[in-house]
Amino acid sequence: MLIKQAFDTVFKIVDFYIQGFRAMKLGKTLWQLILIKLFVIFIVLKMFVFESNFNSTFTNEKSKSEFVLKNLIQGTK
Amino acid sequence: MAELSSVDWSRAQFALTAIYHFLFVPLTLGLSFILAIMETIYVKTGDEKWLKITKFWLTLFAINFAIGVATGIIMEFEFGTNWANYSWFVGDIFGAPLAVEGIMAFFLEATFFAVMFFGWNKVSKGFHLLSTWCVAIGSNLSALWILVANGWMQYPVGMTFNPDTARNEMQSFFEVALSPVAVSKFLHTIGSGYVIAALFVMGISAWFLLRKRCVAEAKRSLVVSASFGLICSIFLFFSGDESAYRVTQTQPMKLAAMEGLYQGEHRAGLVPFGILNPKKTIDNNESVFLFDIEIPYALSILGNRDPNSFVPGIQDLIFGNEAKGIHSIQERIDRGKTAVLALKEYKIAKEAGDNEAMELSKTQLEENFKDFGYGYLDRPSDTIPPIALTFYSFHLMVGLGTLFFVLFLVVLYLTMANDIEKFRKILWACVYCIPLGFIAAEAGWIVAEVGRQPWAIQDLMPVHIAATNLGSVNVQISFWLFAVLFTALLYAELKIMVNAIKKGF
Repeated sequence: MLIKQAFDTVFKIVDFYIQGFRAMKLGKTLWQLILIKLFVIFIVLKMFVFESNFNSTFTNEKSKSEFVLKNLIQGTK
Repeated sequence: MAELSSVDWSRAQFALTAIYHFLFVPLTLGLSFILAIMETIYVKTGDEKWLKITKFWLTLFAINFAIGVATGIIMEFEFGTNWANYSWFVGDIFGAPLAVEGIMAFFLEATFFAVMFFGWNKVSKGFHLLSTWCVAIGSNLSALWILVANGWMQYPVGMTFNPDTARNEMQSFFEVALSPVAVSKFLHTIGSGYVIAALFVMGISAWFLLRKRCVAEAKRSLVVSASFGLICSIFLFFSGDESAYRVTQTQPMKLAAMEGLYQGEHRAGLVPFGILNPKKTIDNNESVFLFDIEIPYALSILGNRDPNSFVPGIQDLIFGNEAKGIHSIQERIDRGKTAVLALKEYKIAKEAGDNEAMELSKTQLEENFKDFGYGYLDRPSDTIPPIALTFYSFHLMVGLGTLFFVLFLVVLYLTMANDIEKFRKILWACVYCIPLGFIAAEAGWIVAEVGRQPWAIQDLMPVHIAATNLGSVNVQISFWLFAVLFTALLYAELKIMVNAIKKGF
C-alpha cells in the first residue's frame, strides 16, 4: 500500500514535469538556449580553455601545497 | 613584462565575466520579489487581471533566468586556471559558503522553480504562491553566500594561516558568515538588485503607457514597481551608509580614493560632486579638484559616525600619521617581508627537521601575518588604487541612486493621482532609467573591487601573487572568446525579451 502510494506520488511528479515541458511555448526556445550554453561552458570551454587547471596539473594536496608555497616564498606568479 | 601582461589579461577576463554575470543576477533577485508581491495581490483579491500581470512579468523573469543561469560557473573555472594561488590560499573559507550556496540554490530555487512555471491550475493557489516566494527567498539566499565569500576577501576574519599547507583554515564559520562587511555588502547588493528590478518593471510599464497599450495592467505594474522601488531606495540609502562606514573602518584607502581625499582631516567634508585634477599625485601640491562642491562634516559622519572625527587621507595612509596611530605603508611592507621570510625559514626548518627553528619562524609569521601581502609590494604607492575610476564610479552610483529615488517618488505620486499619462517626459525618463540601473550597480562593483586594488585578499594577497597561468590557451584569446560568448547571450536575452514585451500582457 505504502509502495503504491509512493509510486503514485513519483508518477504524479514525473507527469507534472512532462506535461509542463509539453505545454511550453517560449520555454522551449529558452531550454534550447540553456542547453547550447551548458554545452559551450561544460564541453567547449572546459575541454579547450580550462582543461589545464590547478586540479588537473596537481593531482594531490601535497603537490598543490608545494606549488603555492613555492610561489608565496619566491613571490612569483 | 609578458607575465605582467598575463596577470592584467586575467584580471580583465575576470572583470568581464563578473560584469556580464551581474547584468543577469540583480534582475533575478529583484524581479522574483516583485512577482511574489503581484501574485500575493492576485491570491488576496482573486482579481484575474493581477494573474495576467503576474504571468507577463514571470515570462520576462524566465527569459532573464534562462540566459543568466550558469554564467557564474565560468568564474569558478577561471579560479582554477588563472587564480590557482588564490584558490588554494583561501582554503575552505571560500569553498564552504559556495557549497552552501550550491545546495540552497538547488533545493530552493530548482525545486520550486518548476512549480512556479508548470504549476498554474495544477497546484493550489496557496502552494503556487508559496513556491514563488521560495524562489525569491532562495535566489536571494544564494546571493548571501556568494557575498559572504566576497566579504571575506574585503575583510578576512575567522581563520588562521597554516604554513604547512599554505592555506587559510576556517576557525569560526559564524565569524566569516556574520562578518559586518559581508552583511552590509549583502544588504547593499540585494538592495541594488531590487531597485534595478523596480526600474525594469517601471520602465517597461511606462513604455506601454507611451504606446497606449495594456494601460490598466501597466498602471498597476507602475504602482507596485514604484512603491517597491521607493522602499528599496530608502533601504539602499541606509545600507550604503553602513557600507561606507565599514569601508572607512576596514579599507580606509578605498574610502580615500572614493572621495579623492589626499590629506586627512578632522570634520572632513563629503564631495557629492567634483572634477578631479588629473595632475594631482601624492608627491605634488596641486589641488585635488578642478571643481568641487563639499558638504561640511558629512564624510566624518559617514565614516566614523562623529562629525568631529578624523578621516585619514591617502597621504596619511602612505606615509603614516603617528598622532592618529596610523602606521606607514613602508612599515607594513617591512612587516610583510618579515612574514614572507618567516614562511621561507619555516619551510627550510621543516625540511631540516629543526623543531625549534620551526617554532621560532612560525611565531614570527603569526606576529606579522596581518601584513603578509605587503611583503610582495615594492613601493608604498603600490597600495593606491586607481583614484579617478574609483572616485567617478562611486559618484556615478550615488548620483544615479538619488535620481532613482526621486523618480520612484514622482511616478508613485502621479500614478496614484491617476495623472501619469499626461507626463510623457517622466514616462520616457522611466524607460531610459532601465539601463541606468544596471550602470549604477556595475559602478558599485567597480568601487568595491577597483577601490581595493592591489589586493585580491585585503592586506594578505596582492593580485599579482594570486594569479597563475596554468591554462594552455592564451588568456588574451580566451578573453575575446568570453567577450563574444557573453555578448551573444546578452543579445539573445534582449531580442527574446523585446519580442515578449511587444506581445503585451
